[in-house]
Amino acid sequence: MEKMRMNVLVCGGTGCIASDSEKVAKNLEVIIKARGYDKEVSVVKTGCFGFCEQGPIVKIEPDNIFYVRVGAKDAKEIVDEHIIKGRKVERLLYKDPEDNKPISRQEDIQFYKKQLRVALRNCGFINPEDIYEYIAAGGYEALGKALTQMTRDEVVEEIKASGLRGRGGGGFPTGVKWEITKKQESDVKFIICNADEGDPGAFMDRSILEGDPHSVLEAMAIGGYAIGADKGIIYIRAEYPLAISRLNTAITQAREAGLLGKNLFGTDFSFDITIKYGAGAFVCGEETALINSCEGKRGEPNYKPPYPAQEGYWGHPTCVNNVETFANIPVIITKGSEWFSSIGTENSKGTKVFALAGKINNVGLVEVPMGVTLREIIYNIGGGIQGGRKFKAIQTGGPSGGVLTEKDLDTQIDYNSLLEVGSMMGSGGMIVMDETDNMVNIAKFYLEFTMDESCGRCTPCRIGTKRMYELLNKITSRKGTMADLDALKQLAYMVKDGSLCGLGQTAPNPVISTMKNFWNEYLNLIKDEDHPRGEGKYVPKNKIGMKS
Amino acid sequence: MQIKSLEELKKIKEEYKDRVRLRSQVEGTGDQTEILVGMATCGISSGARETFNAFIEELAEEKLDDVKVITVGCVGYCHSEPTVQVNIKGQKPVLYGNIKKENVHELIEKHIKGGEPVKRFILSTDFEIV
Amino acid sequence: MTKPQAISVTEPTGEEFPKEKYDELGKFIDGMETTKGALIEILHKAQNIFGYLPRDVQLFVARKLGIPGAEVFGVVSFYSYFTTKPRGKHTISCCMGTACYVRGADKIIERIKENLGIESNEITEDGLFTLKDVRCIGACGLAPVVMVDDKVYGRVKVEDVDDIINQYRK
Repeated sequence: MEKMRMNVLVCGGTGCIASDSEKVAKNLEVIIKARGYDKEVSVVKTGCFGFCEQGPIVKIEPDNIFYVRVGAKDAKEIVDEHIIKGRKVERLLYKDPEDNKPISRQEDIQFYKKQLRVALRNCGFINPEDIYEYIAAGGYEALGKALTQMTRDEVVEEIKASGLRGRGGGGFPTGVKWEITKKQESDVKFIICNADEGDPGAFMDRSILEGDPHSVLEAMAIGGYAIGADKGIIYIRAEYPLAISRLNTAITQAREAGLLGKNLFGTDFSFDITIKYGAGAFVCGEETALINSCEGKRGEPNYKPPYPAQEGYWGHPTCVNNVETFANIPVIITKGSEWFSSIGTENSKGTKVFALAGKINNVGLVEVPMGVTLREIIYNIGGGIQGGRKFKAIQTGGPSGGVLTEKDLDTQIDYNSLLEVGSMMGSGGMIVMDETDNMVNIAKFYLEFTMDESCGRCTPCRIGTKRMYELLNKITSRKGTMADLDALKQLAYMVKDGSLCGLGQTAPNPVISTMKNFWNEYLNLIKDEDHPRGEGKYVPKNKIGMKS
Repeated sequence: MQIKSLEELKKIKEEYKDRVRLRSQVEGTGDQTEILVGMATCGISSGARETFNAFIEELAEEKLDDVKVITVGCVGYCHSEPTVQVNIKGQKPVLYGNIKKENVHELIEKHIKGGEPVKRFILSTDFEIV
Repeated sequence: MTKPQAISVTEPTGEEFPKEKYDELGKFIDGMETTKGALIEILHKAQNIFGYLPRDVQLFVARKLGIPGAEVFGVVSFYSYFTTKPRGKHTISCCMGTACYVRGADKIIERIKENLGIESNEITEDGLFTLKDVRCIGACGLAPVVMVDDKVYGRVKVEDVDDIINQYRK
């Protein structure tokens, strides 16, 4: 191949192709050829730049100039001005949204640094089946530091000061949980890693376990030291065979290296980890249900209190933390709580991993500081909506969460703000829906899930979700009446208020939230003769289950 | 070997540091060329294992013994699985997406042997690692 | 989705298992450090050995551990991973996770059901296929996804379904 003087890279990602980048490339080629430069300048189609909102993207190398929203008509100017005369085409440069100054270098554009990888720091860069690669990346240093240079109280204080909150969905401050468990007087305590990732569409925990299992082991040992537990348990779904096998390898290697077992780092602290397998029950993500399942029983939740920190696994004080939460711990110990708490918002510190899926171009895992907006996640990092269609809604928090719409796109995401707009953080699944999706069907889909997964222990959840599902079925098959809508709404709040555990308390959220945001879609499914003729004429009936 | 103190741990870290040298940002300093293949569940279901095997086979055939193929986890770019990263001494690591087994030959010929990254597969990374 | 499994506790299973299989399970249980809290682990092993968990196997486990059969059945019926029915030669798993759902998994599974003439968690008459709807197999980037045994088919379209199934009919 001849050595080219210049490369013109044109984005060939789905997003840019949707905005006609192929035509841009074609025009560039034709004009370059016409000007007689085709022997020294080549046009190359590349993979996605991840900046689809501003597409089509054209980048000139080696000048390292980055043009955005390049239309087919702009090709001539790029060739004549930039390629032949060496002058930047100012009007095609990306403008900083804050001061509107043009930016020419890709590296200087803000969004490229939007992702900050703390929990995913090693995923994709080290061999998960080689403990020495983890050590080379700074692994087990935090454990060494905690054991040899910090007291148990100092470790707890450090985590408390960092402001880390549970990443599995609850958002309970991790340091406080550790402190409560530490305070319990007992010879036997346990620390459990909740790897029962059940939210369909969230897979960050699996990625961490498959890509960086040692970080979880190390963090569990640190937690064990802090709360006074010498045994750790990882409760993992049987549906994750690869994660299980990598964890087993990691545990064996850590034992061989003396990083699990007796007298770690020459101290009198001993710690070891065993794995327990789940068997497919969403409710086992709830900590008391998880503990029951660890004991080999049906995974039904218990009434709290007593909290697991008081009476957990076989009645002993037990601390349950999620995989992603653990993955943050070693970094907090090595870099300090001050560093960690400098990231994020007032009440939510650090970063969060989100699993982007659905009608979005860049399906995948992203890790961003708390406080970025949904718009940034969807359009800058996620590359926008598939096929250039219109964004309709995004479901956060899985089956326990709610939908967010256009008006929420600029909300800064953290635990509290998501609750305020009627959804929740959950484990970090984000399902993007476009204008073609029917929201009543989406609500029905989630309800079918929770109905199936309801363990049956308490009545509101067991029967309530079933009745709600029946009503939704009636409505979506266009047999529903206004009274059904009314009953559905009331039932939703009853299940929410009356259920024993988080599963039931949050199960109606998708229904409540879609009713709030997309009431019209429900109305459109109601039989014509029942349709309210204008505001205020319809008088709701207040009895539950009343049918017309 | 059992690690019994922080000093011992740090010694091992130094020993192995070159082998890993935080592959995403820094220019490679090790002597060995490395090919990292993302082999988490998502990668494997999109054919990463076939890609991985194709690398091993072709490298063996070409007698490129100093090139190491390493299994790693997922970088989160599910939209472009299987992902492959090539680290060559003195070069910035290059992350590729959509590398099916059919594309392995081209990557080896052009990038590993020829030193020229294959532009159309390159993914730009948009993250910073702590 | 995961419909409650119709299990008869009184009918005999009609299938006799060789003694070696029971011995293997018995040896596994005897070799455990403690059976306290190990029921789920034992059932995983049993399902591995027998392929499913019929009444006889459940009772064997109960007697071996000295616990009521109802307790074993209670656990088996609670978890969707355990099955009390034999499986077909091939298991077709259709992912019904949210990511796949919004990309049309409901239409895919309808087509599979039509093709096979069975519902979820059922086995075809010729014993060739079992259909399962699974939650999320973690290949959301490829949604919608269908898995036949261990092979994953990504970005499946309704019109691809028949071809995929026919490959296994030979």
